Amino acid sequence: MSEKKAPVAPRSADAESVGGVERTQFQMILSRFLRHRAAMVSLVVLFVVVAAAFLGPFVWRWDHTVHLEIPPSVPPNADHPLGTTTAGHDVLGQLMRGAQQTLKVAFTVSIVGTVVGSLWGATAGYYGGRVDGLMMRVVDVFMIVPLLVMVAAISGNVRGGTTWYAVALIISFFAWAQIARVVRGVVLSLREQEFVEAARAAGASPGWIIVRHLLPNAAGPIIVAATLLIAVAILLEAGMSFLQFGIQSPDISLGQMIGDARTAASTRPWLFYPPGVLLVVVCLTINFIGDGLRDALDPRQSMVRR
Amino acid sequence: MLVYTVRRILGAIPILVLASVLTFVLIDVSGDPLTELRMQQPPPDPSVIQLQEERLYLDRSMPERYWLWITGIGGHGDIGLLQGEFGPSTQSNSYDIGAAIAERLGTTLRLVAAAMVFALGLAVLAGVISAMRQYSKLDYTLTFIGFLALAMPVFWFAGIMQQAGVAFNDLVGDQVFATIGDGLYQAQGEDLWGRITNAFAYMTLPTIVLMLTSFASWSRYQRTSMLEVLNSDYVRLARAKGLPNRVVIRRHALRTALIPLTTVVAVGIAGIIDGAILTERVFQWRGLGEFFITAVEANDSYALMAWLLLSGVLVILANLIADLLYGVLDPRIRYE
Amino acid sequence: MTTTDHMSNEETASPGTGDVVLEVSDLSVTFPSDDGPLPAVREVSYVLRRGEALGIVGESGSGKSVTSMAVMGLLPKNARVEGSAKVLGQEIVGLKDEQISKVRGNRIAMIFQDPLTSLNPVYTVGYQIAEAVLAHRKVGKKAATARALELLELVDIPNPEQRLKQYPHELSGGMRQRVVIAIAMANEPDVIIADEPTTALDVTVQAQVLGALESARKETGAALVLITHDLGVVAGHVDRIGVMYGGRIVEMGPVEDVFYQPRMPYALGLLGSLPRLDEDRSERLTPILGTPPSLLSLPGGCAFAPRCPMARDLCHEQEPRLLATDGNGERVSVQVGDTDTHTSACHFSDELENAQPTDLFRGTAVEADTTEAAEEQAEQAEQALAEVDGTSGGAAGGSGREAVLTVRELVKHFPIRSKGLLKRRVGEVQAVSGISLDLYEHETLALVGESGCGKSTTARLMLQLIRQTSGEVHYRGQPLHSMSPRQLRPLRRDLQLVFQDPFASLDPRMTVADIVAEPLRIHGQGNGTARKRVRELLELVGLNSEHGARYPHEFSGGQRQRIGIARALALNPKVLILDEPVSALDVSIQAGVINLLEDLQDDLGLSYLFVSHDLSVVKHIADRVAVMYLGKIVETGTAEDLFRAPAHPYTQALISAIPLPDPVKERTRERIVVTGDVPSPANPPSGCRFRTRCPKFADELSENERVKCVEEPPELVDRGAGHPDACHYSRAVELF
Repeated sequence: MSEKKAPVAPRSADAESVGGVERTQFQMILSRFLRHRAAMVSLVVLFVVVAAAFLGPFVWRWDHTVHLEIPPSVPPNADHPLGTTTAGHDVLGQLMRGAQQTLKVAFTVSIVGTVVGSLWGATAGYYGGRVDGLMMRVVDVFMIVPLLVMVAAISGNVRGGTTWYAVALIISFFAWAQIARVVRGVVLSLREQEFVEAARAAGASPGWIIVRHLLPNAAGPIIVAATLLIAVAILLEAGMSFLQFGIQSPDISLGQMIGDARTAASTRPWLFYPPGVLLVVVCLTINFIGDGLRDALDPRQSMVRR
Repeated sequence: MLVYTVRRILGAIPILVLASVLTFVLIDVSGDPLTELRMQQPPPDPSVIQLQEERLYLDRSMPERYWLWITGIGGHGDIGLLQGEFGPSTQSNSYDIGAAIAERLGTTLRLVAAAMVFALGLAVLAGVISAMRQYSKLDYTLTFIGFLALAMPVFWFAGIMQQAGVAFNDLVGDQVFATIGDGLYQAQGEDLWGRITNAFAYMTLPTIVLMLTSFASWSRYQRTSMLEVLNSDYVRLARAKGLPNRVVIRRHALRTALIPLTTVVAVGIAGIIDGAILTERVFQWRGLGEFFITAVEANDSYALMAWLLLSGVLVILANLIADLLYGVLDPRIRYE
Repeated sequence: MTTTDHMSNEETASPGTGDVVLEVSDLSVTFPSDDGPLPAVREVSYVLRRGEALGIVGESGSGKSVTSMAVMGLLPKNARVEGSAKVLGQEIVGLKDEQISKVRGNRIAMIFQDPLTSLNPVYTVGYQIAEAVLAHRKVGKKAATARALELLELVDIPNPEQRLKQYPHELSGGMRQRVVIAIAMANEPDVIIADEPTTALDVTVQAQVLGALESARKETGAALVLITHDLGVVAGHVDRIGVMYGGRIVEMGPVEDVFYQPRMPYALGLLGSLPRLDEDRSERLTPILGTPPSLLSLPGGCAFAPRCPMARDLCHEQEPRLLATDGNGERVSVQVGDTDTHTSACHFSDELENAQPTDLFRGTAVEADTTEAAEEQAEQAEQALAEVDGTSGGAAGGSGREAVLTVRELVKHFPIRSKGLLKRRVGEVQAVSGISLDLYEHETLALVGESGCGKSTTARLMLQLIRQTSGEVHYRGQPLHSMSPRQLRPLRRDLQLVFQDPFASLDPRMTVADIVAEPLRIHGQGNGTARKRVRELLELVGLNSEHGARYPHEFSGGQRQRIGIARALALNPKVLILDEPVSALDVSIQAGVINLLEDLQDDLGLSYLFVSHDLSVVKHIADRVAVMYLGKIVETGTAEDLFRAPAHPYTQALISAIPLPDPVKERTRERIVVTGDVPSPANPPSGCRFRTRCPKFADELSENERVKCVEEPPELVDRGAGHPDACHYSRAVELF
C-alpha cells in the first residue's frame, strides 16, 4: 500500500462538494455537447437567426407590409439589400417577419406537442396493459395520417384566415403523436428498471416514482424529440403557407414567400432564394443541435461523431 | 402464417374506423361549406341557403351525418361510402367526387410509386455503404446530404430543380426535361419508345424531388440498422465460420438489417403523400394534389373527407403489407 | 518444481511431444478511445499443441476475450494489433480479411458466449451449419446438409433431422450453444477457441454443453483454448492454464501447478476469494482488496501491485516478466515451446512456495473502494458498526428461533395475453405453485434454483412487490398478503431488497447520497438526520462517506453493490431479501461483498433470504436451503445436511453439476447428470415436475414405479433423509 492517504475534507466543505459534483454531471453532458462541432456552430447560427427575426424589425426601416415609397421589383441594392416585390414589399423586412412567424409557430408546436405527447405517452407507458393498448391505437391513427395534408385541409377549411397561433395549434394537434411514442417507450422500459422497483420496495408512491425517477430519466429523450419536433413543425408550416392554407396575408411566413415567388425563380431570384435558404439553415441547425443533444444525453444513439 | 395474416387484417379495421371518425369530425368542425354563399353580397335568399343545406345534409346533426356518410341510408343516393358514393360536392351539383378521384389517382400513384422505389433502392445502398465505411469521408458526406435533405422544404427544392431543368435544356438546346405538366396528354398515341422518353422527360425531376426526403430518412435508418447488425454476435459468428466478407454482408448483415426497414417505409408513405401534393403543385400536374387544393379552396367537405380517407386507406394498406412482409422475412414473428 | 513436473506428466495427455497448432507471441492489442489509447492486451505469448486444452482465466477487462478475437482476426478495424499469431505456422496478424477467412472456420474455429444471439434468427439451424461446411469444402448442398446432420448427432442433439429445419428461436439456449459447437466442428479444425461458452447457461445445462464440447473434441482431435472467468470450469477441462490480469498473462503452467502451487499473488488471491462447494462454511473468504486496474491508466510497475499485499518498491517500478522459478528460487526464462514449466509474472514468486491465500490476504475483511484508504476504511467501518448497533436496539440475539417471515401455499400465475387490442387471456405461466417457507430471526435461508424456477418471483411476492394469486405471507403475524399499499408502507421499513444487477438498480441521475437517503426521505426523515445517516451507512458498507456526492457510474460493480446494500439498510430493516446479490460480480470482488453481508448479519442481527443459482456461494453463506424447480420446492433442510447428503435427484444433479476449482477432485468425482432442458412453466409436466429430466426416473425406476411419478405430485416430507424432500423414491446420497 502506498503512503498516500486520501485527504480528509473538513466538514464544512461537504455541502460545497455536493454542488461541485452535481455540476460535474451537468458539465459532462455539456462537454459532450460542446465537442459536437456541428451542433455548436448550429447553435451560434440559430441564435443569430432568432435574434435577427425578433430584434431585426425594431431596427430595420421597413416592415413586411406594402409601402408606397418602396419601388416595385427592384433587385437587391443599398436601400433594399434583398430587393423588393412587385407589389412593393421590402424583402428583408418580409424575411425577418416571416422567420419570426415561422419560429413562433415552431416553438409553440414543440412546447404544446411535447407536453401533450409526454403526458399521453407517460400515462400509456406507466399503466401498460389495456390502457396502453387503447391509447397507442389513437397514436397509431395520428401517425398514419399524412400530416401536411391534414393540417392544410383543416387550416384551409377555416374561412376568414388563420393566425399564427391557430396554425400552431392545428399543427400541435397532430404532431404530438411522435413524442407520445418516444416517451411511452422510455417509460415502459424505465418502469421495469430495478431502481424503480427499489423505490417501490422502500414504500414509494406512484407520484414519487414518476417525479423522482421516471421524469428525470426520460428527460433526455424528451428534450431530443422536442428539438427535432421544431424542425418538423417549421417544414409543416412552410408547406401549409406555400399552399396558401397557413398564415394569411397581409401577414407573412417564409413558406408563403416561396409560394408567392414560385413562378419568379428565374426572373426575380431574390424573391425565391432568400426564404428558402433561411428555412434550410434553420432546419439544418435545429437537426444538428438535436443530434448534438442526443450525443450528449444518450451517447449510444448519435448519428454524427463530433 | 394464415392466422397471423388474418389477425393483422382484423387489427387494421379499428384503426381505419378511428381514422374515419377523426377525419369526419375535424373537417366538419373546422369549416362550414357554405361560408362563401352566406357571405355573398347582396345576401342570397334564405331559401337558397336552405336548399344548399339540404343538398349537403347540413340540416342534420353531426353523428347523423357521419352515419349517413358511411352507410348512405336515408340520403338522396349520392352519399354512403359503403354504397360507393362519396357525397355531394360544393363545387357544383354535377361534380362527382369519386370520378374526379379515379381520374387523378393514376397520375399521383405513378409519381408516388416511382419515388418510393428509387428512394428505397438508393437509401439501402447509401445506408449500407455508410455503415461499412463508418466515420469515413464518404460516410460523413452521405450523412451531411441526409441532414441537408431533411432540412429542405420539398416545394423549394422542387422550384430549384425546375430551374435547373430549364437551365439544362437551354444548355443542350433540347427539351430533355419537361418542367411543367404531367405529360399524360403528350403520351397519348405515342409508341413504346415515345412513351418511355416521354415518361423520362416528365417523371425525372418530380421523382428526384419527391424521393429526396424519404431517401434521407431511410438511408439514415438503414445505416443505423446495418451498424447494429454488423456488431451483432451472429455476424461475428458468420465471419468466424470463414465466410468471405461480401457473403457475410449480403447474406447475414443486409438480409436481417432490411427487415425493420419494411415498417419504416410503410409509415413513410404518409410523408410521401404530403410531398406529392407539393411536388405536383410546383410541376403543375393534374393529380390528386390539384384535386386536394381545389377541394380545400372550395370548402368541399365531402371531397376532403374522401381524399383523407383514401390516403388513410393507402397508408393502412401499406402498413398491412409491411406487417405481412415482416412476417415472411422474420421467422420469429411468423411463428409467434 | 520437480514434484509438480512429475505430476503434470502423469496427469496430462502428454502434450509435450505434439506439434504446435497455435503460436501466439508478443501479441498486443490497442484500441483508440476518447481518453487515449487503451491497451487491452499486452505482449501475450503462448503455444498450443495438437490436441491440447489450454484454459485462459481472468476477470472482466483482463483481455482474455480480446486476445482470442485477435487470433481469429475478428477485431474491429480500429484495433491496432502487434506481434504475431500463427495458426499451423501461418501468420494471421496483418493478413488481409479474405486470406484469414480461408483459415477461419477451417483450421481455427470459435464458440462465443451468448448462444441466444450467436445464431442468425432468419436462417434455419441446418442452413447455418451447412454454410460453415460449404465455406471451406467443395461439396454439394446435399452433402453439406448430411454433414450438418452428422454434426448435430455429434453434439447430442435429440431429433437431429427435425432440428435441421428449425429456426434458432425454437431451440433452448443449451441447444443453440450445441449448434454453435457443431458449426465450430464442421471442418474438423485444429484449434477451437471457446470464449465463455457456458457462462450464459444454467449449471445443469452447462454440464451438458461441456460434455458435448468434450465429445466433439475427442471426435475431431482439435486443440482447445477455453476462456472463462470460472475457475471450476477450467479445472476439469484443460491441461494447462494461463491467468490474465491487466491485459497480460501473469501466470501460466500445468493446471495442477497453478491450482495447487500458485506463484503469483493474484492467482493465489483468486483461489482464496472463491467460495467452494467442497469446503467448510466456517472458513472465511479472503478477498483481494481494491478493483482491477483501468487499462487507460495502468500503474507503472506490476499491474497487480496496487492490490498486492506483498508489493514492494520494485513492484511499483518495474513490470515483472513471465518467468519460471528454478530450484534455487531464481527467476529464469524458459523456451516459448516449453509447455511443461510453470511460469509467473511476479518479482517475488519464490516467496509464494506453499503459500496459502490466508497467509497473504488476511485481515482484509472489508474491501475498500480505494486501496490507499483501505486501512482507514476498515477502522471507520468498525466504528460505524458499533454506532449502528447501538441504534438498532441490539437485535443480535440469534438463538431465539422465531419465524419472522412465513409463507404458506404461495401461488403466482402470470397470465399470457394475446397480442392486439383485446389482450385475451390465452394461458398462464405457473411461476410459483404452492410454496411454504419460514424465515427465522438472524438466519440465512437460501432459495436455490436455475433460471425460470420462480425463485425471484417468490422473493418479490414475499415483499408484496407483486401480488400473489393465492396463499399467505405473514411478517411477525401480520398478514402482508391482504394489506393495502398504504398499510404495507410502514412495514416496508423492516423488509428490504438487494438486487442482482448493480448497474440497473441505482438511478443513474441521482447522487449516491440521494440514492441511499431515498428510503429515509420516503419515510419522511428530514434532510439533517438523513445526511448523517447516509454517512454512517456508507462507512458501514466500506465506502468512503465523502463519495456520497458522486454518481453511480463513477463506481465499480462491487462498490455499486455496496451502495445498494447501504440503501437497503437505511431504514434499519429486520429482513433483507437478497436477489442474486453477487452473481454479477467478478470473483475477487464477490468475496468482499459476501464477507460484508456476513458481517452485517452478525452485527445487525438481520435475517437474509438469499436467492441464488450459485450453490457454492449458498453453501458458504446459508444456514438453511430450499431448492426450487419449476415453481415448487423439491428439497429443503439445513445447508449442512442438504449438501452432505442430498436426497432429491434434482438437488443431487445440481450439486454434482457445479464445477469444483480443484483439478484432481473435479476429474475424479462422481456425477449425476440430468438431460434436456427445463420444461415451460406454462405447461409443466403432470405429477412430479422433474420427472422429464430425472435420471432416477429414466434409469432406475420400473414401469410400475414410474406411474406414481407421472400421476401423483410428491409431497414435501421427510422420507428418512433427516430433512424434507419431494421425491417419491428419494434416497440420500453423499456426494463428497
